[in-house]
Amino acid sequence: MSHGPCDACEELLQGYLDRELTDTEVSQAESHLDSCDYCRRRYRFEVSLRQYVQTTAAERMPPELMEKLTQLRSAGA
Amino acid sequence: MGEAEPENDGPRIAAEARDRVRFEEEALALADQVYRVARRLVSTREEAEDLVQDTYGRAFRSWRSYTPGTNLRAWLLRILTNLNLDRGRKVQRTPDMQPIEEGDYYLANKMAEAQGEQALDQDRVVEKLSQDSIVNALSSLPHDFRDTVVLVDIGEFSYADAAQILDIPIGTVMSRLHRGRRLLKQRLAEEAVS
Repeated sequence: MSHGPCDACEELLQGYLDRELTDTEVSQAESHLDSCDYCRRRYRFEVSLRQYVQTTAAERMPPELMEKLTQLRSAGA
Repeated sequence: MGEAEPENDGPRIAAEARDRVRFEEEALALADQVYRVARRLVSTREEAEDLVQDTYGRAFRSWRSYTPGTNLRAWLLRILTNLNLDRGRKVQRTPDMQPIEEGDYYLANKMAEAQGEQALDQDRVVEKLSQDSIVNALSSLPHDFRDTVVLVDIGEFSYADAAQILDIPIGTVMSRLHRGRRLLKQRLAEEAVS
């Protein structure tokens, strides 16, 4: 039940998401996404998951660390 | 000769000093991005801060080995990941021992099965997955997988850059990324549908 009709497309869509496909593969992926509702939904899900992971995992650098790094610089100069 | 030398060297020394200042400024401008990656490669904030400091210490000392015009962020991350390896990070389960049966759509399918296709809408994703669950799932990945996922998904490096940073073939980047993301989604699914 957990397997959809498009298991073969999964890998192609990962590469598409990463913008790492060749031009031919990009057209393949895009024409598939145009015609397959199942994959299109999952592709959108993957995009939003990726963005969410990226923003959630991002932790800003503590300002004190920047000061320490700047000191490393002047010490070496 | 003795008098002429300093005069001839003057412009060269000044040019080198300028190059060095420019290098340091460019490197410091990337510190926040370098830290973000470092923070997810190690477990604690303290470790991440130490790692970034050691990286910049080394970068400032060996700035001459950087080729201007090439990807400075990748160059810094290469130093950082090597230092992280040198620190002898804790040994974990060998990644390849774990079978990863589930596909890329595993999390999506699990959520769709439990709550219908609407569960795949963006706001539902955010609603179902907490910040803690994402951070924990990332840090639970075996190191080799985590390095690749963090560089590509959080650092937004290309496969080629990640391969160069980690000094592994591009095909290995792709397979680790693939398996790492699948594992990540399996772990997230445990929370999302519970």
